[in-house]
Amino acid sequence: MDDIILELDGLQKTFGAVEALKGISLSIRRGEFITFLGPSGCGKTTMLRCIAGLEEPESGRVLISGEDMTGWEPNKRPVNTVFQNYALFPHRNVFDNVAYSLKLRKVEKEEIRRRVAGMLELVQLPGFEKRMPNQLSGGQRQRVAIARALINNPAVLLLDEPLGALDLQLRRQMQAELKRLQKQLGITFLYITHDQEEAVNMSDRIVVMREGAIEQAGTPSEIYDRPKTSFVAGFVGTANLIDGVIEKASAGTALVRIGQTKAEIAGSPLFAEGDKVRFLVRSENLLLFTEPRAGCLPALVAEYGYAGGMLRIVLETGNGARLIASRQGVGAEFAVGQTVWAGWPPKSAVPVDLPEIGEEKAL
Amino acid sequence: MKTAKRAERLRTAYLALLLLFLYLPMAVVILYSFNASKTDARWAGFTLDWYRKLLHNRALMEALVNSLVLAGFSCLSAAVVGTLGAVGLARRDFKAKGLLESLSTLPIMIPEIILGMAFLAFFSFLSIPFGMPTLVLAHTTFCIPYIFLVVKGRLAGLDPSIGEAARDLGASEARMFLDVTLPLIAPAVLSGTLLAFAMSLDDVVISFFVTGPATNTLPVKIYSQIKTGVSPEINALCTLMLLATFLIICALGAVSKASEKRHDD
Repeated sequence: MDDIILELDGLQKTFGAVEALKGISLSIRRGEFITFLGPSGCGKTTMLRCIAGLEEPESGRVLISGEDMTGWEPNKRPVNTVFQNYALFPHRNVFDNVAYSLKLRKVEKEEIRRRVAGMLELVQLPGFEKRMPNQLSGGQRQRVAIARALINNPAVLLLDEPLGALDLQLRRQMQAELKRLQKQLGITFLYITHDQEEAVNMSDRIVVMREGAIEQAGTPSEIYDRPKTSFVAGFVGTANLIDGVIEKASAGTALVRIGQTKAEIAGSPLFAEGDKVRFLVRSENLLLFTEPRAGCLPALVAEYGYAGGMLRIVLETGNGARLIASRQGVGAEFAVGQTVWAGWPPKSAVPVDLPEIGEEKAL
Repeated sequence: MKTAKRAERLRTAYLALLLLFLYLPMAVVILYSFNASKTDARWAGFTLDWYRKLLHNRALMEALVNSLVLAGFSCLSAAVVGTLGAVGLARRDFKAKGLLESLSTLPIMIPEIILGMAFLAFFSFLSIPFGMPTLVLAHTTFCIPYIFLVVKGRLAGLDPSIGEAARDLGASEARMFLDVTLPLIAPAVLSGTLLAFAMSLDDVVISFFVTGPATNTLPVKIYSQIKTGVSPEINALCTLMLLATFLIICALGAVSKASEKRHDD
């Protein structure tokens, strides 16, 4: 039904004693902007290198447009890579860098000139043909690297933390620009990052990786609002993870006991009375009341201040657990040391780390 | 304040003495090459006679040509072998890699006299006639490590993803080597080759063992003449060779400076 451009089928790779990839399987649609998100060492770069052909998996297959590419040399694969540190040819000028793959394919000179000029226009570096890489800023080098990788119309563009070396402001600007390029060209982007904000900003779909395996794959809102595991919940956004015991399970919402408090959370068919459960409440979904209230946890305000343009309130509950609430507004309603009652809309308290039931194929 | 000044003066004096000790003998050689007196001891006026005589000294000129040919062939073949070795080893990872690297650089560590003996025994065992071929073989062997080491150092400082980018963009292994690796290591190959050239040019010990009766290299020739007393022509020759060495060193400096300027980020 869907147009699958890249299929990973049980990719496995070990380096010495380290299992870098533990059987990665995933299908990627044509024109999708898909981001692999995970901490360093989770195997995401190894996976990208397996797709590019720079690394061979021990088992498993890489299919591009339905064709099995496993074992093919990197120069024979219809994918191109933007490397983390740009990897421009330092002895060649911008034109020769961008034109390299066209020259290898013996494209006609006049056409090369036209396409390179067009590509430089596209990455907003018109007229930079004669510059040498060491005469460019970090952002400009990255644009050249992107132009060089895109000029041959790859089936998939692989980007290995391409913005890691840039400062925050430039990174934001480049994120927007990459997204624009991807929309404009309709090329499938496979993006690798450890920056959750980057992933959420750009992607059609996010794949969270952990220790060589896929933890969860889904749209940014699925990953953010309905993470399946506490790892995903903690890696993307600010997460309050609260432990409780199921008092009463029902289809819509479930009643849990947390210490002395009984509160409602989103239900699950897997719940049974007496089960231990861990659930997530996003910091912006944490409601605070100054008066005692049923279904709310009493807590002390421990910190109160701004962080990243948001008002951040850190609470300490009776059992020493910390909760974080964030607010857009300026209202200085709370003082440090004050007792408040923290609650949540039941639907936004999402259970995590549930045993899996016939996991639907990630797509 | 005073002690600091004295220490500074001591340092300067030490440095001056050291440089004098290093370069005075060479200065004497240069001076004597222009000395009109044949018995080296005292200055008898300026002359260029020795240079003129040198040009007409068949045996010496022949030895010089032999040495240049030998150094040229040896350093070029060593450049090919050493560069390929360094590039090949850099891209692979296996258990015996460290051992192989040490083995490749061993000829620099082994005392020349032993290397010379070994070549002598080896070539006679194979009954290869001694002469230019044996000289080239022996010199190539001890030249390889110089190039290997210099190129290896350059490769270690090279970002491997530059080569991978070339492969990713459609270059075969060979294409990548020609388009990316070779241009980037060229300064190292050149400086290693020049170093090897200089090493080959002044080698006495190994050449002494593997040369044939008909082939004389310049250092061997000069060495053998010492017994009969050094003629001032030799001084003239040494002066010329000093000049050549000096030029090579300048060229090396220029090469490394140019490559630094081009690749500094």
